[in-house]
Amino acid sequence: MSTQTGYMSREPLLRVVKRAEKPTRQIMLLRAEALVFALIAGGVFILLIGYNPFEIYGTILSGAFRSKMAVQATVKVMIPLLISSLGVTLAFKMKFWNIGAEGQIIAGAICASYFALYHSSWNHVLLVTVMFLAGIIGGGLWGLIPALFRVKWGTNETLFTLMLNYIALHVVNFLRDGPWKDPGSQGFPKIARFDKNAALDKLLGVQIGWVVALALAALILFYLRSTKHGYEISVVGESSDTARYAGMNVKKIVLRTMFLSGAVCGIAGMVQATGSDITLTNAVAGGVGFTAIIVAWLSRLNPVTIVIVSFLFSVLEKGSSVVQSSFGLSTDCADVLQAVILFFVLGCEFFIRYGFVVRKKGGAA
Amino acid sequence: MDLFIKFLVAAVGAGTPLLFGTVGEIISEKVGHLNLGVEGMMSIGACAGFMVGYFTDSFLLALVASFVAAALSALIYAFLTVTLMANQNVTGLTLTIFGIGLSNFIGVYMLERSPNGTLKLPERITASMRSIHIPVLSDLPVVGELLFSYTPFVYLGVAVALLMGFYLFRTRTGLNVQAIGENPASADAAGIEVSRWKYINIVLGGGICGIGGAYCSMIINGGVWISDNVGGLGWISVALVIFAAWKPQMAILGSFVFGALRILKYYMPKSVIDLPVAFYDMLPFLITALVLILSSVHESRGVNIPANLGNNYFREER
Repeated sequence: MSTQTGYMSREPLLRVVKRAEKPTRQIMLLRAEALVFALIAGGVFILLIGYNPFEIYGTILSGAFRSKMAVQATVKVMIPLLISSLGVTLAFKMKFWNIGAEGQIIAGAICASYFALYHSSWNHVLLVTVMFLAGIIGGGLWGLIPALFRVKWGTNETLFTLMLNYIALHVVNFLRDGPWKDPGSQGFPKIARFDKNAALDKLLGVQIGWVVALALAALILFYLRSTKHGYEISVVGESSDTARYAGMNVKKIVLRTMFLSGAVCGIAGMVQATGSDITLTNAVAGGVGFTAIIVAWLSRLNPVTIVIVSFLFSVLEKGSSVVQSSFGLSTDCADVLQAVILFFVLGCEFFIRYGFVVRKKGGAA
Repeated sequence: MDLFIKFLVAAVGAGTPLLFGTVGEIISEKVGHLNLGVEGMMSIGACAGFMVGYFTDSFLLALVASFVAAALSALIYAFLTVTLMANQNVTGLTLTIFGIGLSNFIGVYMLERSPNGTLKLPERITASMRSIHIPVLSDLPVVGELLFSYTPFVYLGVAVALLMGFYLFRTRTGLNVQAIGENPASADAAGIEVSRWKYINIVLGGGICGIGGAYCSMIINGGVWISDNVGGLGWISVALVIFAAWKPQMAILGSFVFGALRILKYYMPKSVIDLPVAFYDMLPFLITALVLILSSVHESRGVNIPANLGNNYFREER
């Protein structure tokens, strides 16, 4: 604020200057500090509402790891979050503001659910493969729509992807109330539980989606770092003009990348519906698409970091459900804490690139 | 005819939270800051307004609380994006997640501790929020119902919109503020205190959004607290800014049109058009998407968009 005084008779007390980017170790340290400050801020809040912050934080940790089942539940929470974080990363690398992961998850889940509901007698491997492809296509097309309008008319993708979230949500409600309504549910509108044959298999006690998620992380790391496509994405992200001068087909890159971004989110939806919920509900995305944006940004769009951060966030989610049952505090505290962490990290980014200079004594310009 | 008048009256009510959200966001966008935190700021206003109303039984205090709480949350956004130059999209989204989470968290906290497991506003405050009855005027046929039968929120919303329109387009300060959104470097060179006015507008805009939130928690569900009571209205407001072409006066019309879309399902006779409920619920979002597309196809609307919307201003890089 004080940098913007109207009368410039002398140098302001605090001045913002740009600095060379700090070395990686110092950046990591800054981020760690931001995390600690966020936890302290959260702790103060917990204290204010009359609880012991150490007890609450302790319960979150122990709640996520206290038993084999708890760990499995934590991993289960992580699956859609990790996959959709990877999905939005593709778009964000290109500076395409895909806020529509939520809708793309739902679209993928809807398409996969169609086969789970109406072709459950197919051979299991064939059915799972088809559902997987359906998830990809559903999510991909849902992501492609805003990209098409973006490249054709420059339609604002942030708001458009957002509207598509709600549209997808109400499509599920429509299916639930009408065409896909479970006839055996005695008037209560819900979609029937999938046949066992349509449910994903388990590996080490958790649905196979976690293998898919980790494989995708490796694949996307490779795609972004070592392929021509990945290079194109980062050039478009830096400057679409540069990309155009370099002879790249920016429109094609945007369309392709948004299809992939949506497709990956669609996989998250397919895996959640057929692996965890074993049915389709309007909570299939349940805010994961938004949390994914936080995860991707906190991880600086690095797939390896995304694996770590989405795991930590899942610990927070699972642990806070234990906090809910033992202290009567809502699981929403996980969202709040995640947001506070990002606030602090967003704030600390400033100190990586800029610094304050204090006016020297006397202060004449 | 009678049903149609009832429909119009209901549309105005349903559009009111949108009106506050849209006007608040316009104020912020005019200084070049696209705040995607409207949904979150409205949620915080919803929570603060409801809780203060619940405990103090005062409608006025509830309004003030919703304004102040949401303004404070906007201050977080302002500090991060203006002073620390953080990415506006990500900061705004985080504010939304923060606001919804905090609002629901406090709501559940209070519910768990309430004697009968529900939270309902006391009778006195609901009475003071009821439609204002103006002698003679409210009793006029048709006109009375169409113009003088609303809750205080509606009149406040229209007044705020007109006042903000006056501020932006009819005062020197407002024109200066608009210059910031167009070209902050020139505004700075002309002696306008860029950062200060950015803060003022973002925080003021946040507070206005908060009052819209109070409408969501205090009126829509008949004074009973439920989680997620803003339910996407903040996001529609962000989009309505485009529909209103960044003019607060236009926001009045836009909000009421979208209010009509929201309540259409209760008034459309099944004999005329029989559509699934989910379709009606989808309609505001669908139309918003169409508006987005149309306004991008017709470039003419684009002239109203603040030229520097979404970009932070770093003085030494101009």
